[in-house]
Amino acid sequence: MSIKVRIPQPLQKLTRGQEEVEAAASDVKGLIDDLEKNFPGIKDRICDGQGKLRRFINIYVNEEDVRFQQGDATTIKDGDEVSIVPAIAGGAQ
Amino acid sequence: MSYMKTLKCRECGREYPKEALYVCEYCFGSLEVVYDYEKIKTVLSREIITGRPKNLWRYRELLPIEGEPTDGLNSGFTPLVRADNLARALGVKELYVKDDSVCHPTLSFKDRVVSIALSRAKEFGYKIVGCASTGNLANSVASHAAKAGLKSYIFIPADLEMGKVIGTLIYQPNLVAVEGNYDEVNRLCSEVAAKYKWAFVNVNIRPYYAEGSKTYGYEIAEQLGWKTPDHILSPCAGGSLITKIWKSFKELHKLGLVAEPKTKVYAAQAEGCAPIVNAIKEKSEIIRPVKPKTIAKSLAIGNPADGYYAMATVAESGGWAETVTDEEIVEGIKLLAATEGIFTETAGGVTVGVTKKLIEQGKIPKNESIVICITGNGLKTQEAVQAKIGKPIKIKPTLKSFEEEVKI
Repeated sequence: MSIKVRIPQPLQKLTRGQEEVEAAASDVKGLIDDLEKNFPGIKDRICDGQGKLRRFINIYVNEEDVRFQQGDATTIKDGDEVSIVPAIAGGAQ
Repeated sequence: MSYMKTLKCRECGREYPKEALYVCEYCFGSLEVVYDYEKIKTVLSREIITGRPKNLWRYRELLPIEGEPTDGLNSGFTPLVRADNLARALGVKELYVKDDSVCHPTLSFKDRVVSIALSRAKEFGYKIVGCASTGNLANSVASHAAKAGLKSYIFIPADLEMGKVIGTLIYQPNLVAVEGNYDEVNRLCSEVAAKYKWAFVNVNIRPYYAEGSKTYGYEIAEQLGWKTPDHILSPCAGGSLITKIWKSFKELHKLGLVAEPKTKVYAAQAEGCAPIVNAIKEKSEIIRPVKPKTIAKSLAIGNPADGYYAMATVAESGGWAETVTDEEIVEGIKLLAATEGIFTETAGGVTVGVTKKLIEQGKIPKNESIVICITGNGLKTQEAVQAKIGKPIKIKPTLKSFEEEVKI
């Protein structure tokens, strides 16, 4: 259990107030399933009904957005740091 | 009388009370206003609308405020110019320019969104307003706040055109120039908005604010004689305007005021900042944020908040997307000025340039109606054209000198 996962404030209710939790997995999909085991309900907040990453959730592995890697198939290994960051709607001319 | 029911998440559909909320707390999608169209249908008709004063509040029932409008009472209802000279230059039959370069009071379409945002912000009881802006919104919030007697805090990237800085400072707001690009300014504003109880028009008031752009589309349909055009070209920055124009046409149809829109909607961006156009052209499901590098600073948003909805608009309507280079932007500005006598800012140069390109590519047919969205005024971005339009002919104050120096 040595992948560090940073949890955004709105999801910390599900992680009993923890800003950072640990998980074990070999890819992002597995990581979300592992989080769900320990913190039931969290998967539904991160993924839509089809299990795909929600559009306004960004996941970074070592600061790199997984959308520009292999999405939820992006591999992770012990020692990696994962951040879950909601995209804050906003922006206009 | 309000016809606004609730706020609803555009992603997961969860409903929220019509408060100063903007993000779904469940899935983080953005929130949108839901109206009671059935009721609106019973009270609104073409005759009622056309009988009202010529400003954007003539579509009041379709705008998200509870009481009477308080701001922007002279904004909107800008000319839809039949552009026959430009049509000839581009080789098409029926071309119009929707000219928000003369929108009251700050010469861009942002006066529309700010009119609604400030009216709504006052209903919530806010005394301080703010925004993140690439310039036009800064001008508009500062101006409307001055008129409304509200204090304002306006955040811009530090490298903006002088016209946009002066056009903001003149109203005496608190103008904050951030060392960073728009996306960084926007991020900072989200943090400021979370801490201070201010009405950030394009952050926490965004669901209401964004609806103001619909008035641009309503007016086009009304001015065409209650018809939607065959083709419409919109500049894209955050992707909100293009989305709301399409929504406005669909709403008018829902209310029985126009026939089902067959309009194809096209997205225009500068090559140096084209995350939406790139995604459309690559048929990508994701929008890759970019670091903007273009003279079209009003469109320089690398991470567009409504990018996915802009893409969906283009796809659903059967339109397309294209980019232009900085040189082509300047050419577009000059072409519109030379043919129609309209001086638009860089964003308008983008839209004109993209129109030209799509017609040349055969993507837009030559014998159908086309509307070009001109959203801002060229006097605000003079730097972009300054070195490319020649110089005045200097003469002595004599007839001799005039006849020697000036070609007649």
